[in-house]
Amino acid sequence: MATIKEKKETYYESIIKNGYNRRDFMKFSTYIAAYMGLETSMVAQVAKSLETTPRMPVIWEHYQECTCCSESFIRSNHPIVADIILDKISLDYTQTLMAASGEQAEAAKHATMEKYKGEYILCVEGSIPMGADGNYCCIAGKSALESLKEAAAGAKAIIAWGSCASNGCVQAAHPNPTDATPIHKIIKDKPIIRVPGCPPIGEVMAGVIVHVVTFGVLPELDRLGRPKAFYAKRVHDTCYRRPYFDAGLYAQSFDDANAKEGYCLYKLGCKGPSTYNACGTIKWNNGVSFPIQSGHGCIGCSEENFWDNGPFYERATNVPGFGIEGTADNIGKVAAGVLAGGIAVHAIAANISKKKELAKRVKDATKNEENLKY
Amino acid sequence: MENKKTFRRIYVWQLAVRVFHWLNVLAIIVLILTGFLIANPPALLIKADASELYMMGTTRLIHFLAAYLFLFVMILRLYWAIIGNRFARWTAFMPFNKKVWENIKHVLKIDILLMNEKAHDPQHISVGHNSIATISYLVMFFMALVQIFTGFGLYSDTSEFWLPNLFSWVNPMFGGDFATRQIHHISMWIFIFFTMVHIYLVFYHDWLEGRGEASSMISGYKFVGSGRVKGKKKSSNKESEKN
Repeated sequence: MATIKEKKETYYESIIKNGYNRRDFMKFSTYIAAYMGLETSMVAQVAKSLETTPRMPVIWEHYQECTCCSESFIRSNHPIVADIILDKISLDYTQTLMAASGEQAEAAKHATMEKYKGEYILCVEGSIPMGADGNYCCIAGKSALESLKEAAAGAKAIIAWGSCASNGCVQAAHPNPTDATPIHKIIKDKPIIRVPGCPPIGEVMAGVIVHVVTFGVLPELDRLGRPKAFYAKRVHDTCYRRPYFDAGLYAQSFDDANAKEGYCLYKLGCKGPSTYNACGTIKWNNGVSFPIQSGHGCIGCSEENFWDNGPFYERATNVPGFGIEGTADNIGKVAAGVLAGGIAVHAIAANISKKKELAKRVKDATKNEENLKY
Repeated sequence: MENKKTFRRIYVWQLAVRVFHWLNVLAIIVLILTGFLIANPPALLIKADASELYMMGTTRLIHFLAAYLFLFVMILRLYWAIIGNRFARWTAFMPFNKKVWENIKHVLKIDILLMNEKAHDPQHISVGHNSIATISYLVMFFMALVQIFTGFGLYSDTSEFWLPNLFSWVNPMFGGDFATRQIHHISMWIFIFFTMVHIYLVFYHDWLEGRGEASSMISGYKFVGSGRVKGKKKSSNKESEKN
């Protein structure tokens, strides 16, 4: 897998070579086009691009991460996604899946980087630990930072796979001991597609790559650098339990009658209302289900700082610096009580301190009252 | 303020200011109540059919309507800060001259720390806002901006209307909806605290100074000792008296 072929195969050629027939290929094209949010008329263009475009050289780097992104990818809905787009994307270097190892693998990587300078796509899975001079994560004698900078220098574009590479994920959670840093804070001079999620949905990953292959340009990104086709909507906005939310029907605990009825999990801390992802539409594990469908609220894994964003099973607003019980409402209630007490004290003190002034006013005004003419 | 002197009626709060004040009151009360309901909705209903109900939907609709009201009265007030009278104009809120600092000291001593003056000087009583009040309104104006930006930021993604979409950059700026919501929710408490202190101090001034502090936001008038008004006839509107 780590060898560089002289004549690059097209995607179609490698699909056929892998024992799929044309019908499978067309099904795949239709399916991936649908996920990308394209019109039916665009299916032909997707198919044509996959037929004629030579496979894109890809270097897939793993840094501080758990490889769940790769796992998600190879368990993608359609076999061609795993077999072709990942396996045959011409992954010239990926630590998890490549056959080569040691110096051989590094040599293959460097060969790709030189040969396809400015052409290859760099996929990064994992965050970069910046603490302790980057010693928390070293590969082939180089720190993750050095390795990333080297690989990024010749890349056409960078795809930040998963929450680690996109926003730091778990490693960057407070107190972030390794100073885990997402890619976009390190590499500033290359286009970066952020595909957050822990892990991101396999089809989303495939969709991004097919988009680049089909149109030759990066997909349209939102303000946070995420592909709009998959991250334009909140999980909440595409959730099949949304009617229960709007109706005001909520489960109060995971074992109550309301939960059994399939009511909205909003009060159980579901982060769907503040999480942008395609879980509600594309779903997971071959479209079988997604967390909310399985009765568990969304934990917001594709959002920045989701580990630090308060409890997973409570709808609370945490105030930084106030500990676990420091929800905004608890603090607010206490503060309002203290304030009310302060106001009461002030009112009493005012009555005492201003007694003379008041007495004089009352006296004057009483005199006026007595002297009223009519 | 002595009983021998007469009082003069001063037109302090113009109609636009009063309208702003009470619509703002309405908007803030509705926003806070519906805001709490949205943040932590009661789950009283069981075994009901979603198609028959729209509780949360209605609550959110009311919240959004009140948000528009809040925004529009804020715009009205900003406009009035340009063309309004001396008590409404933006210059009344700028804490950059010596007189303002003198007044702050005075209010701190007399009204907050409840010290007594040796000789009561009515010149010290502000006709419009006192200087500490103006500073608190500046802070609240900033908080209102925070609420408008975070609120419409959260709302923008589900709206097709261009106005909320002007705020679509807010969520990404804070890194995501969650952070925006945190700010929105925590800032709401500032409004509650402000309201408590504000109402108390209105009562305090009305009770102590007896010149129509509370009713002035309804009628527009306050009363000052005639010594503070130039000329013999009715309170002239020629703007020459000292604050």
